[in-house]
Amino acid sequence: MTDLRESARRRYFPDLTLRTQDDKEVRFYDDLIKGKIVTINFFYSKCEDVCPIVTSNLVKVQELLGDQVGRKVFMYSFSLKPKEDTPKAMKEYAEMHGVRPGWTFLTGKPEDLELLRRKLGFTTPDLRADKDVTNHTGNIRYGNEPFMLWGACPGMADPQWIAESVEWMVRPDAVHLPHEHTPAHPDAPRPEHRHHERPAA
Amino acid sequence: MYFNVFGEKVSKGRFKQMVNAFKNRQELIAAGLTSRRDLLKLGLLSASGMLLAKHGLSARAQTATTPTSTSPGSFNLCLPGNQAASPTTRAFVEPLPIMPLAQTVPVSSLSPAPTIAPNTAGGEVRAASHQAPLLNPSMFPFPPPRVYQVRQHAIQAVQSPDLPTQTIWAFDDGFHATSPGPTYRANYGVPQLVRNINALPPANQNGGFGMPSVTTHLHNGHTPSESDGNPCDFYPSGNFCDQYYPNVLAGFSFDHRPTGDINESLSTLWYHDHRVDFTAQNTYKGLLGFYCLFNQFDTGDETTGFRLPSFPQFDIPLAFADKVYDPTTGLLAFDLFNLDGILGDKFLVNGKIQPFLQVQPRRYRFRLLDTGPSRFYEFFLTDPNHLGANNPFFVIANDGNLLPAPVQVTSVRIGVAERVDVIIDFSSFAGKTLYLENRLRQINGMGPVPPQGLVPGQVECSDAFGNLLSDILPAGQGNLLLQFRVSGTKVVDNSVNPMLDHPTFYALPDTTATPRVTRTFQFDRLNGQWSINGQFMDCNHFRFLVQQNSVENWILFNATGDWTHPIHIHLEEHQILSRNRVPPPLAVEHSRKDVTQLRQNERVLLFFRFRDWLGKYPLHCHNVIHEDHAMMGLWNVQPQGDTVLRP
Ligand SMILES: [Cu+2]
Repeated sequence: MTDLRESARRRYFPDLTLRTQDDKEVRFYDDLIKGKIVTINFFYSKCEDVCPIVTSNLVKVQELLGDQVGRKVFMYSFSLKPKEDTPKAMKEYAEMHGVRPGWTFLTGKPEDLELLRRKLGFTTPDLRADKDVTNHTGNIRYGNEPFMLWGACPGMADPQWIAESVEWMVRPDAVHLPHEHTPAHPDAPRPEHRHHERPAA
Repeated sequence: MYFNVFGEKVSKGRFKQMVNAFKNRQELIAAGLTSRRDLLKLGLLSASGMLLAKHGLSARAQTATTPTSTSPGSFNLCLPGNQAASPTTRAFVEPLPIMPLAQTVPVSSLSPAPTIAPNTAGGEVRAASHQAPLLNPSMFPFPPPRVYQVRQHAIQAVQSPDLPTQTIWAFDDGFHATSPGPTYRANYGVPQLVRNINALPPANQNGGFGMPSVTTHLHNGHTPSESDGNPCDFYPSGNFCDQYYPNVLAGFSFDHRPTGDINESLSTLWYHDHRVDFTAQNTYKGLLGFYCLFNQFDTGDETTGFRLPSFPQFDIPLAFADKVYDPTTGLLAFDLFNLDGILGDKFLVNGKIQPFLQVQPRRYRFRLLDTGPSRFYEFFLTDPNHLGANNPFFVIANDGNLLPAPVQVTSVRIGVAERVDVIIDFSSFAGKTLYLENRLRQINGMGPVPPQGLVPGQVECSDAFGNLLSDILPAGQGNLLLQFRVSGTKVVDNSVNPMLDHPTFYALPDTTATPRVTRTFQFDRLNGQWSINGQFMDCNHFRFLVQQNSVENWILFNATGDWTHPIHIHLEEHQILSRNRVPPPLAVEHSRKDVTQLRQNERVLLFFRFRDWLGKYPLHCHNVIHEDHAMMGLWNVQPQGDTVLRP
């Protein structure tokens, strides 16, 4: 492993012990990140506003990425409320949304999940807003750990766009021909629910 | 909880210590004590490399304690972000690099030969055929009279003699490979083509950050969409894009036929990578440079036209950047998981940390550019022996657009991607040493600390003792960016003297025309991403259609409260009609702009004329971290526009 990869590991990827929706123990770095192409988001299963949209978007992303998921690309959703997100609760949540293999939901010790959230930049400097966990549910990080490529896109974006972004990690050297600039009129279906970021009351 | 710049959890005490060390270091740099040996000798450095609290070095050191979330009167804006902790470097030991001028090549040397339609089979990635030669082949011949070929590739660069050699990304015109890249000396009426080849290393050799996939935007160019360097028109290593720059005045095909509106003349442009989602990493890694555009008035010759100081000897582009270096390896570090904005503790000018420049006691034109990623600057001219003195200079251009007349100032503030051209007269400083100093207090990615006592109810920052913190640091206690060593020998100066000659440049184009539509853009943060009108960046969707050759007003509304966003709009310049319903108070803002600072709780009204070219363009925040986290949208210029009010 190169020094650079090692320093990225030290800086961002603590090897914490986490628990999956199948109640399996896994290590954050060794089992989930090392040598892999991944998507990372944060959620909690009782979240009613944003998480269901993001999750259903990600289900479509999983479809679009096809059989790459679970082989080349690994999807992870980390709990923002690990106390209530037991493996069983997460499993029900995953089944309800039609999540398929290759996408893992993770819980663990609250302080470990909190550390992960901060390491991976699911934060806001407004301390009151930071306490409102819904403010951390809209972001999807994607990356290729061995290549040290990391980016992010909105969980409420068009699934097609999210899937394209993940594809860059799989084939960073592929040519994507740009759209000509004669447009179709803006006609994209837009998600209706938007959670405006505000401090918790 | 408190974290250091590497995201490691630290105690509150340790965090305070880090913040103090950071401040102390700034002060020590100002005092000229920057080598490890100096510091050890004075007992200011602990064995672990941490600067010790040094009560007594200055009055400020005793009182400058960090406000915390619990101290009364402090707000989030006043809380420092993760404090950078780069290794110590000496200041003012290396000369300022001057970027070489880009050299043309014969068009016959391009293989394959350039084509009007994209040569996709030959490896070109371009969205559409070149509009300019198709529109008017006599005005815009193909191939044009000037042709360049640049390759983007990795180079080894020394950014400080106290740091290891860095692998960065550069532009190479076949003669020089540098970062910042070669400076284009372009002329109105002389179209040019730049073949831009991506020769970056494979993705697995990016050195820790950076996406070897590029699209080069000519910032403030009145450029046809397919050559604009749209964020979505990126291409990987091994491919190229031919960019046709018409170097033509806006309005040439519409209201100022046939040559365009002279009052829309541009002068200081820059080029930079604009790869969607990866602009911050790629520009931080070095993919940027200057593009200076001249005409019959702004000639580059101080004996003709407006008689501005001669280019390039007395007219010097300065690219400012703040960066972080890994404390153990000394290698350039980029915070990959930052969402808010990245602040560095090392300040580079033209690719060197704190260089010096030997100048003659005469007038110089400097083109100041904030290359980001996130910091704002307020530039002062500081004489270390007379810290109380105001040293005025002249602002002659805002965002590279010459003002109606020079404006005398003692400081000027810019955000990321903004430029100011200034004239500094060193004639009264012969034999002295001066500094270009950034005295703006900014402690996190949100933007500068707000000014004191100006707006009732506005956030103000205070220290732990309740003392209000000004947005402007005392002279000599900011970031000394560049040292000017003024020689003692008197020299000839044929350039215009703004003080005595009262020159005038271009009148501002009229802004009273009735807009076809007034659109509103709300800049906000939604669930950990940055948004415009609740929407996020998506290369597959256009938000709205601007009608070709029409006037629009845009309202930019800051829904993020305390944050300041430098908002950039491609294709056409704008003028700021009002900030919170009053015309901008600063004379330098009565100008043409391409980036407007959207400050705390502001509503800014802009005036646009969209002319000549068709196609897709973005608007976005130029805090490149926000930009990469989706604070961007695409729009499109078409013969028939729409009237979507909140696109
Ligand atoms: Cu912004």
